Amino acid sequence: MNSVIVRRVLPPVLLGVLALIAWQLVVQLAGIQPYLLPSPLAIWTQVQLIGPLFVPATVATGTNALVGLVIGAVIAILIALLASRLPVVDELIAPIVAAVAVVPIVALAPILGSMFGATSETPRRVIVAIVVFVPVFINTVRGLRQVKPVHRDLMRAYAASNWQISRTVTIPGALPYVFTGLNIASSLAVISAIVAEYFGGLQNGLGSRITSAAANSAYPRAWAYVFAAILLGVVFYGVTLVLERLASRRRT
Amino acid sequence: MTDSSQHAVEIVGVTKTFAGTGSKRAKSQGDGTVVALDDVSLTVSPGEFVSLIGPSGCGKSTLLRLIGDLDEPTAGTVSVFGKTARQARIDQDYGIAFQSAGLLPWRSVAANIELPLALHRFGARERRDRVAELLSLVGLSDFGDKYPEQLSGGMQQRVAIARSLAEKPRLLLMDEPFGALDEMTRERMQSELVRICAETGAAVVFVTHSIPEAVFLSDRVVVMSPRPGRIREIVPVALGDDRGELLREDSRFFAGVTAVREALHGAPAASAVRGVESR
Repeated sequence: MNSVIVRRVLPPVLLGVLALIAWQLVVQLAGIQPYLLPSPLAIWTQVQLIGPLFVPATVATGTNALVGLVIGAVIAILIALLASRLPVVDELIAPIVAAVAVVPIVALAPILGSMFGATSETPRRVIVAIVVFVPVFINTVRGLRQVKPVHRDLMRAYAASNWQISRTVTIPGALPYVFTGLNIASSLAVISAIVAEYFGGLQNGLGSRITSAAANSAYPRAWAYVFAAILLGVVFYGVTLVLERLASRRRT
Repeated sequence: MTDSSQHAVEIVGVTKTFAGTGSKRAKSQGDGTVVALDDVSLTVSPGEFVSLIGPSGCGKSTLLRLIGDLDEPTAGTVSVFGKTARQARIDQDYGIAFQSAGLLPWRSVAANIELPLALHRFGARERRDRVAELLSLVGLSDFGDKYPEQLSGGMQQRVAIARSLAEKPRLLLMDEPFGALDEMTRERMQSELVRICAETGAAVVFVTHSIPEAVFLSDRVVVMSPRPGRIREIVPVALGDDRGELLREDSRFFAGVTAVREALHGAPAASAVRGVESR
């Protein structure tokens, strides 16, 4: 157990600490102005100062990311199931997915903002759902197509119904792919929830804090909120990674 | 009841062609269609063990798939216990095992064996009892809770055989089930299969590449030739019910191996006097 910690946890932590020290030294020795790049210690001071404000802002953005992630993923999985069963749906949905994949959320955010009004969280959640949809859908469809020929033959030999085939072979086989898609989507969900806040509306989340801090030339404070955003992203990524590991444990 | 109900399997004048260039099963003709089987007829009696042997592309696996209604013949008829192959499949009259064990990696060994019983809605108690019975039949009683990835290749194949026996079929279809195993495991599995067949009394259609395997296991060995797939000769072996390890060193076993080999490769000059039945 100890050796695992030494070999797998220590090196990246050490690298991180060294990078922070180097950052601090460069800022101090080269006399870099805070508006260009604040030092890690200055950022940390801000983190301690505004610590209590972190929680509501992170919760607001995190809730948007989570709600969008769940809605987008559920829709993606349902449509993928439908597409795998009905070739017509598969053909109809392919160009739509391609279109959704290239929707510029930066362009969509202001439009949705005026559609749903400035006091609504809905536009942000819609944006997250759109961004999340594509990776989850593509991975789920791929997973549902992974049925081995021997399993297909076996289920035909058993005269199994379509539903039985889905339940016993197709869906369990696709699960690890679904979780890979969710894993990719989780980071995207946090990023898009923050970016969506850049375009006005409620001022309660991390994205709006970052923009307003930057607008007031409070750069260390902006960085402190960036730090909170990183923590939020890591939590989302970590949780889905654990789920993915659990789902793919029994695959050969 | 018609006369054909006497047979476990009756194949009459079956031809199977695959359209297009997609198939690698046999040599293609000018228009791209592939003749995998050409006018093949064969009957298998209840309780009889019949092996199909021949080089790649002779259609032996295709023939097995037609019996199991995994593919449909282009011409001719396949009946299983006097029914159409399709009806026999729907009625679950046969069990099947493939070269790859084809276990579901997310189900335990017991749950894999239980799969056909669960699909066909057997009661929970009946399922549990039957699984325990099958696990002991294939010598894996201590492994019911394990997962396929924790088992060796030979053990996985034993699970697949147990699964094929789950519904006590009167016919077993086996497509090179020991093809991926090492020689020692293979011989042990063959002995176990002989014992299991004696206990269950099922008819078996067994596809193999191995001459000794076919001779050791079979009542009759069907020797096939490729391009297009045809039956070249049917060699009766039937080495009796007492097939222990000693049989592998018995002169009757070697005579059987020689007979099948000659049927496969064509008779060598020295034994040219042997009549070769050609169809």
